[in-house]
Amino acid sequence: MTTWNVRVNGREVSVEAPPMARVLDVLRESLGLTGSKEGCGEGECGSCTVLLDGRPTCACLVPIFQVEGRELCTVEGVAGTELDPLQRVMIEAGGVQCGACTPGIVVSLRALLDRDPRPTRAAVRESIAGNLCRCTGYERILRAVEELVGSEEADA
Amino acid sequence: MTVALRPTSLSEALDALGANGAVAVAGCTDLMVVDHAPARAHATVVDLSRLPELRGVREDSGGLWIGAATTFAELRESKLVRERFPIVAEMAGTIGALQIQNRATVGGNIANASPAGDSLPVWMALDAEVEIAGRSGSRRVPYDEMHRAYRETALAPGELIVGLRLPAADEALEQRFRKVGTRAAQAISKVVVALAARVHGDELHGLRIAAGSVAPTPVRLRAAEALVEGQPLTPDLAAAAGLAAAREVTPIDDVRSTADYRRFVLARTVRRMLLACQGGEA
Repeated sequence: MTTWNVRVNGREVSVEAPPMARVLDVLRESLGLTGSKEGCGEGECGSCTVLLDGRPTCACLVPIFQVEGRELCTVEGVAGTELDPLQRVMIEAGGVQCGACTPGIVVSLRALLDRDPRPTRAAVRESIAGNLCRCTGYERILRAVEELVGSEEADA
Repeated sequence: MTVALRPTSLSEALDALGANGAVAVAGCTDLMVVDHAPARAHATVVDLSRLPELRGVREDSGGLWIGAATTFAELRESKLVRERFPIVAEMAGTIGALQIQNRATVGGNIANASPAGDSLPVWMALDAEVEIAGRSGSRRVPYDEMHRAYRETALAPGELIVGLRLPAADEALEQRFRKVGTRAAQAISKVVVALAARVHGDELHGLRIAAGSVAPTPVRLRAAEALVEGQPLTPDLAAAAGLAAAREVTPIDDVRSTADYRRFVLARTVRRMLLACQGGEA
C-alpha cells in the first residue's frame, strides 16, 4: 500500500491503495463517494465518468498512481450542497429513469457546458456518446440540456 | 503487487523497461481492462505519459512529428494536425468516445497492436516513420514494417516508441478515412480504411491504401493500389480495385462481424473512397 495525494472535488485527500487500484474503487470504497457507478468496468459504458484535470475519463481505467497530485471531480463535486442546474433540468425533463448512467452523464455534460455554454445539439450528442443509457433514451436528456441552455440564455 | 514507476526522462524510462516483466503504459485504456485482475497483473508498469521526450506535436522538415504520449484528444485539438492531416483528426475522433480519447495515446495504440486499432491504417497510408528508442540507441522504422504478425510489432524487448514522423503533405495530397462499426461512438471496427494519394487530373499517384480489422495486422492493399496507380480513374476501375482489395485480405468471423461481410464492405468502401478523391460520392 502506498499513500496517494489527490485533490477530489476541491478537497486535498490522502488515500492508501496499491498503485494499480482503480480510481473508481478508491472513490467508492476508500472515500465513500458512491456516485460514480461501475457498469462495464472496461471503458465502454461511461457510468464511472469523472473529470481528471477537467477532462471526462472512465474512472475504471485509471490506476490511482497516475492521479497523484492531480485533480478529480465526481458527480458529488458537480452537485455541491445543492443540485446543479443541469441536474434539476435532467429531473424535470424526465432524463433520469433507473439512474445508473445518470452520474456519468451529468459529469460529461457539465464538462461540456463548462467549456462551451452554448453547445450545438451535435456537440451535446457527442459529449454523451460514451455514456450508455438503456432506459430513457437520449432524447429527454438532450431536451434537458436545451432547456438549460435556453433558460441561461433567457436569464442573460 | 505490481510496482508502478513514473520515470521523468527517456533514459530513466529505458532503464526501468529493462527489468524483467516490465510493461510500458500511458493512457492505460487497454491495460486496465485486463490488468486489474491480480492473476493477470504485470510485475512492473512503467508510466511513459509524462516523459517530455514523448510529448507534443510539432513541424518537422515540412511534415509533422507527433509524440507517442500524445492523446487522441490532443490530436483532434491540434491546429497543425487538423490543417495538414485532416484524416488524423478525423480518425482520432472515432477512437472510443471522449473518455477514451482523453487518455489513450498514439504510442499505446501502436504498441497494443490490435488488428482493429483505428490509428494504424492511417499511419500506414500516410507513410509514417516510427521513432523507436532503446538502451543501445534509437532507430526509425517505416510504418509498413511496424506490424509483423498478430499483435507483434517491430519493438524489441526494452524498446519504446518515442514518436511518429509524417512526411510533408501538400494541398494535392488527398486523404480519406472511413471506419465501419456498429455505431458512431465506442465501436470497434468491422473494417477501417485510410487512403492517401496525389491527384493529377483523373489519375492518382503515390496511392497508398491501408486497412484494419481485415487481417491479423493492419495491411496495405497493394493489389488495389497497383490497379489504380497512374491510371485514369473510372467507376469501373474503382470497383475493380475494391474487389481486388477484398481478395487480398484475410478477415475472420468474430463477435463483431463475419469474414464475408468484411470483404463485401471493404470492396465498397475502397471503391467509394477512390471515387471521392475525384469529388465523387463520399
